[in-house]
Amino acid sequence: MAANRLRHDRTQILNYLWELQDEKGYISDSDVRRLSGELNFSVVEVEGILSFYHFFHRKPTGKFIIYLNDSMVSEVKGFKKVKEAFEKETGAKFGGVDPTGTFSLFETSCIGLSDQEPAALINFEPFTNLNPKKVKRIIEVLRNGGELEDIKDEVVDHTYSLTDDPVLLRPYKIGAALKKMLKLSPQAVIDIVKASGLSGMGGAFFPTGVKWQFCRRNESFQKYVICNADEGEPGTFKDRVLMNQYPGRMIEGMIIGGYAVGASKGIIYLRAEYRYLKAKLEETLEKFRDIGLLGENVLGKDGFDFDIRIQIGAGAYICGEETALIESLEGERGGPRTKVYFPVEKGLFNKPTIVNNVETFSAVASILELGAENFNSRGTQGSKGTKLLSISGHCKKPGVYEIEWGTKIKDVLKACGARDANYIQVSGPSGLPIRGSEDERTICTEDLLCGGSFMIFDSKTDVLDILTNFSNFFINESCGLCTPCRAGNFLVGEKLSRIRKGLEQEKVLDEIASWSKIIQEASRCGLGKTSTKFLMESIEKFPEVFKEKLVKDKKEKEFNVTEATERYLKYTEKINKS
Amino acid sequence: MMNELIKLKIDGREIEAIEGRPLVDVARENGINIPTLCHFKDIYPPLATCRICTCNINGRIDTACTTLVRDGMEVDVNSPEIADIRKAIVEMLFAEGNHNCPGCSKSGNCDLQHRGYEMGLSISRFPHLFKERPRDFGPERIYMEHNRCVLCKRCIELIKTDDGKNVFSFQNRGHQALVGIDYELEKQLSDEKVLEARDVCPVGAILVKDKSGAAPFGGRKFDLDKSLKYVPTTDLKVELPKDRKPVIATTSLAGCFGCHMSILDIDDELIDIIELVEFNKSPLTDIKKFSKRCDIGIIEGGVANNENAEVLKAFREKCDILVGLGECSIWGGLPAMRNTVDLEDCLEEAYLHSVTSEPGAKIIPRSQDIPQLFDKVYSTNDIVKIDYFIPGCPPNADHIWKVIKTVLLGEQIPIAYQEFKYD
Repeated sequence: MAANRLRHDRTQILNYLWELQDEKGYISDSDVRRLSGELNFSVVEVEGILSFYHFFHRKPTGKFIIYLNDSMVSEVKGFKKVKEAFEKETGAKFGGVDPTGTFSLFETSCIGLSDQEPAALINFEPFTNLNPKKVKRIIEVLRNGGELEDIKDEVVDHTYSLTDDPVLLRPYKIGAALKKMLKLSPQAVIDIVKASGLSGMGGAFFPTGVKWQFCRRNESFQKYVICNADEGEPGTFKDRVLMNQYPGRMIEGMIIGGYAVGASKGIIYLRAEYRYLKAKLEETLEKFRDIGLLGENVLGKDGFDFDIRIQIGAGAYICGEETALIESLEGERGGPRTKVYFPVEKGLFNKPTIVNNVETFSAVASILELGAENFNSRGTQGSKGTKLLSISGHCKKPGVYEIEWGTKIKDVLKACGARDANYIQVSGPSGLPIRGSEDERTICTEDLLCGGSFMIFDSKTDVLDILTNFSNFFINESCGLCTPCRAGNFLVGEKLSRIRKGLEQEKVLDEIASWSKIIQEASRCGLGKTSTKFLMESIEKFPEVFKEKLVKDKKEKEFNVTEATERYLKYTEKINKS
Repeated sequence: MMNELIKLKIDGREIEAIEGRPLVDVARENGINIPTLCHFKDIYPPLATCRICTCNINGRIDTACTTLVRDGMEVDVNSPEIADIRKAIVEMLFAEGNHNCPGCSKSGNCDLQHRGYEMGLSISRFPHLFKERPRDFGPERIYMEHNRCVLCKRCIELIKTDDGKNVFSFQNRGHQALVGIDYELEKQLSDEKVLEARDVCPVGAILVKDKSGAAPFGGRKFDLDKSLKYVPTTDLKVELPKDRKPVIATTSLAGCFGCHMSILDIDDELIDIIELVEFNKSPLTDIKKFSKRCDIGIIEGGVANNENAEVLKAFREKCDILVGLGECSIWGGLPAMRNTVDLEDCLEEAYLHSVTSEPGAKIIPRSQDIPQLFDKVYSTNDIVKIDYFIPGCPPNADHIWKVIKTVLLGEQIPIAYQEFKYD
């Protein structure tokens, strides 16, 4: 219990808040006041930090907090029915708690289980492939005092390799990569990473070796290695699979990073949606420590100290942006920084820091094992090596697929058993949509980049449903710091709903395209800059779905007088009758 | 250290500057104004929240406040595309908040309003959201008007207690974000610090109870600035008949007739107008129905009910050019203050629970003879296409007169900064 010791380390605020949240299901006024006193900063600032993250609650919740994923993949897999079932069985409404105080229901952004949707987290334990019957059973058990432990689902990882000799989905032998590292100087490690042509797998594709070189060059007695395990892009779950299947490989990648740039501290920023992976990661870290792969003088290398801690996030897509993640680690609201300094110059606590994704660190470990040449000889001119795709939606075999860069869309579709692919969202809502018929296109820098999410929707799926879902995602996940992303995305969302109501003319498409471009150009960080790409592209790619809803251009505006007077007429009738 | 003299180009002009200084400052020192809102001299790294100083820098779109000048840098500040991005951001802020200039004590001293005037902004391309926002009277001396907050972050960065604690902090996320104030810590601030909080706020979101915000006292900062000459307005091109007097119709929808009063304020020159034009349907002539097709229709007021909508549609049908006169016509204006409140609550308050309603009143008036209220007050532009807007509450008489002259004489007459107003 927290009260026994003083909570004075600001950088631990997420952990303090988690303790309070877990203890009684919410954070009370007196908790906030006490924490503010102990940390010696203002109440309003504590409120500001906790209200930034959607897994912290300020009102009492039920004994079981249920977070149902509302991503588009969930939607096509039966989200609506499952949602209704939860409401019916628990007696609670979404956003609230049932009268007995047993169940709280919330919708949440993608929880990284797109291969087994609809899925929910109940007190952060996974429940997958849900249907009304299953919901009924779960709620019955929990209501009758059953243990969550006993009924939670085992997360199943389906992995497939479309390359004969996989880089990432290969058997893992503890310490193999580190042994190679031992024989190399830090600069030689960076040279290998550079020579491999590896670029950041989180979706920004910045050359990893170059990033590490910058960080190495910046002298400092303290540097940091951060593993970005805040995999929040809807539709992606490859990092979940990597951490679940090969946690050691990622950790070795981090150790190699620390050795290369001269850092002694590593942090895994793990999204709260993956809390169920924490035990396994801790176990692996402990094992590493036991056999001298972490701690002082790693592998007997004199003077190379390196250890890793895990930080659990608290629900915020924006914290996947590296500077927002750093802010979050420093105990601030997870808003992105201005790009006056890069993390390799002034990162965590203003010290040189490398932030890389789970997949990138894992790839580094494999590259050291296999050699730069092996990795570099795969892929295309612009994209070297292999890539993990998280494939979900309308296909027979959803799962994680390792492909060589340059693989054709049609080969991917064939492998996963997608028959009627109509709308494919490549790289998640922040990426680009393609038509199923564009299957000759290739996944690589030269054509279609993909950070990992690959969502397939068939011709029965209403494209406007998809667009609305993505638009809502960005509206909910914008941090709110800058005008174009905060206000712009909301305004575009309103426009979309007017289109769906048949209240817009054809020329609205030019309007949306122009607004989208402004949001893209003027936003502060990657979230805003990519938040309207899907919309601009789908106007080009799927004009027919808009045409159906739009009225021909004319001088008159579309205005629905009946709708505008409806509330007045209804209400006066109700009042005057009574 | 970076203190070398370098050369860069801003809008084609070669400029010498010390390397590594913020672009926005370098431009300003050289007489090139890159508009800003969140930017504040004492804050580094810059806040970069408003994004209004967006420019094209070496082919990339970025903010001038976060950009440090380098040798050979080429900056485009005023090309139409870039100017439009900046204008769009100001329009977004107006659409997002509830900026009721006639009712704001910061009017005339407000940076956001000033940005709007500078850009000749009369209507936002974005629909006003009318989200209900809190008004926080809780603190001892400060009054927080969240309707006007632009979330620039200045107060959060600058106003701290003596021991360095934040008095302000963002709360929530995304479009629900707002700036919270710590009541306890506000009590600890000195009176000077409280006034400083008000003064660093670029809009009228932080006010101090019982203290006027006008600076200089009794005057309006931007009105007194002699360097501000003309407002860039959109061109108004109208083909008028040469063989007869142009015909004008006017009406007032949901408004106060103040804009018509402002027409009367044209004074002597009204006699000239009457010589030059013919009035048809208008409260000025008391002609109730269109008797012929009109060249120009002038609309005051917003659209609050079905009758307003019908009148407006008739105007669109009968007139070649429609001019929206005043803030109500542009975005709903004062009547649109009800837009942040549920219609049901408005009706109850007006007819059932108000101090003047009959005790035990149970009826909300409704009959075929009275107009049916809309769920909210709409802009005239929501119902029909409006060709030109004259802002103001009411619009300045000189502004109206200049627009009329522009139409009648067929040449653009520039609008002075002091004539272009939202209040």
